[in-house]
Amino acid sequence: MSIDYKPAVHFNHVSYTIGENQILRSITGSFPEGRITTLVGPSGAGKTTLLKLCNGLLSPTMGELYVQGQLIESYEPTELRRLVGIALQSAPMISGTVYDNLALPMVLQSKKFSKEAGRRLLRDVGLEEEFLQRKINDLSGGQRQKVSIARTLVNQPNILLLDEITSSLDRTSQKEIEELIVAINRKYGTTIIWITHNLQQALEIGYFTWVMMDGEVVETGRSELLKSPATDKARNFIKGGAV
Amino acid sequence: MSYWTLSITLIFVALPLLLSKTLNLGLERDTMVATIRSIIQLLAVGYILKFVFDSESLMYIFLMVTLMIVAATHNAQKKGAAIRGIVWKVAATLVFVEVLTQSVLLGFGITPPTAQYIISISGMVIGNSMVLSILFLNRFTAEVEAHQDETELVLSLGGTPKQAIHTQLMHSIKASMIPTIESQKTVGLVQLPGMMSGQIIAGADPIQAVQFQLLIMFLLLTTAAVTSIMLGFLSYPTLFNQRMQLLKN
Repeated sequence: MSIDYKPAVHFNHVSYTIGENQILRSITGSFPEGRITTLVGPSGAGKTTLLKLCNGLLSPTMGELYVQGQLIESYEPTELRRLVGIALQSAPMISGTVYDNLALPMVLQSKKFSKEAGRRLLRDVGLEEEFLQRKINDLSGGQRQKVSIARTLVNQPNILLLDEITSSLDRTSQKEIEELIVAINRKYGTTIIWITHNLQQALEIGYFTWVMMDGEVVETGRSELLKSPATDKARNFIKGGAV
Repeated sequence: MSYWTLSITLIFVALPLLLSKTLNLGLERDTMVATIRSIIQLLAVGYILKFVFDSESLMYIFLMVTLMIVAATHNAQKKGAAIRGIVWKVAATLVFVEVLTQSVLLGFGITPPTAQYIISISGMVIGNSMVLSILFLNRFTAEVEAHQDETELVLSLGGTPKQAIHTQLMHSIKASMIPTIESQKTVGLVQLPGMMSGQIIAGADPIQAVQFQLLIMFLLLTTAAVTSIMLGFLSYPTLFNQRMQLLKN
């Protein structure tokens, strides 16, 4: 892929293997800074593994991975994970209130997190201020996902990784989250890397797209490629997804 | 008690065997194996103890205690097979608990430095420490497995492995200590401890027996706390690598 943008994350022949099982095969490519890139592909293509490599929850077994121009190994793991935030599909929460969850990234650094900061974050993600004292178990799927995104934003990450965060939500909640992510990207210039099964969503929201299959990147480029892919593999996958 | 009298007590083995057979519980074989093993093991230990007590040799005392630790380690480590280096972690915990408790008992002159006291008390301490290790490892392995998402969440937000595993570790330490604390709350009300009953049956003064039982109970409180906490803090780092990543099995 020829990109005229500065890469936020760059893969240079990155592979990831567990035992005999090769999850990612010699991935090369970049995610441009300040843009929304979507990752599409069938289940088991290695998309989640690729995200977890970006914020150091996993390490490549071969190849080099650069984050903001620096080799990923040169970062302290805790520093890297604050720089590259991740929100997961399951939106895992610690028990307690919304405030407890929003305060978690600061508590981990032994810093204070004010109620006002919590209310501001809730407004940013489109939730009422009174949610701050709500019990986590009383939230709907969409609300939970918004809290998960807000919690990731507490660390003010330069890069935000999203793993199928809308796949289990209804259409209204999906739309709200999409608008929220676009707003975050515009307001803070955050680089977004978003795994989605929804090809229409990838086409509408994503500026760039990576199509992945069987641990390989089969096609990359501007999201319009989803309308007319150049490779047979991508074409067959997209035909199944009916963009 | 004569061997003839002892053999009559096999009625208490025959009864559960009969019940198991009648109700098709399928426990006859296990009951028989347990009975035969306990007879052989205890008689063997009885003769070994008699030999060691008579000899009063420090080397034999050391060998006996080492043997107890090796056997307890072998038994407890099975529950923590998923944790790297679990054998030496359990062994180090048992050795530390034994050294700590005996140092206090002998150092303050609470018990005399004789084989009779050292071996008997070591048996109780190491046995209890082994059970605590099993309880802790069982619970900790289950907690780690069930809460992988939360652990990874804390890591993903920039937390350290210690922060990521803190809740699971504390739950496991607490859960493994609860039986010891709870059983001490009802001691004397619900059950008379085995050691105390044994002393009284053997003709000891009940007050003297109670004093020794209190000593053992306090000892077991320390054993429970030190075993769970030490094993916990030795175990959790092996769940992560140098890049602070959770290692999955």
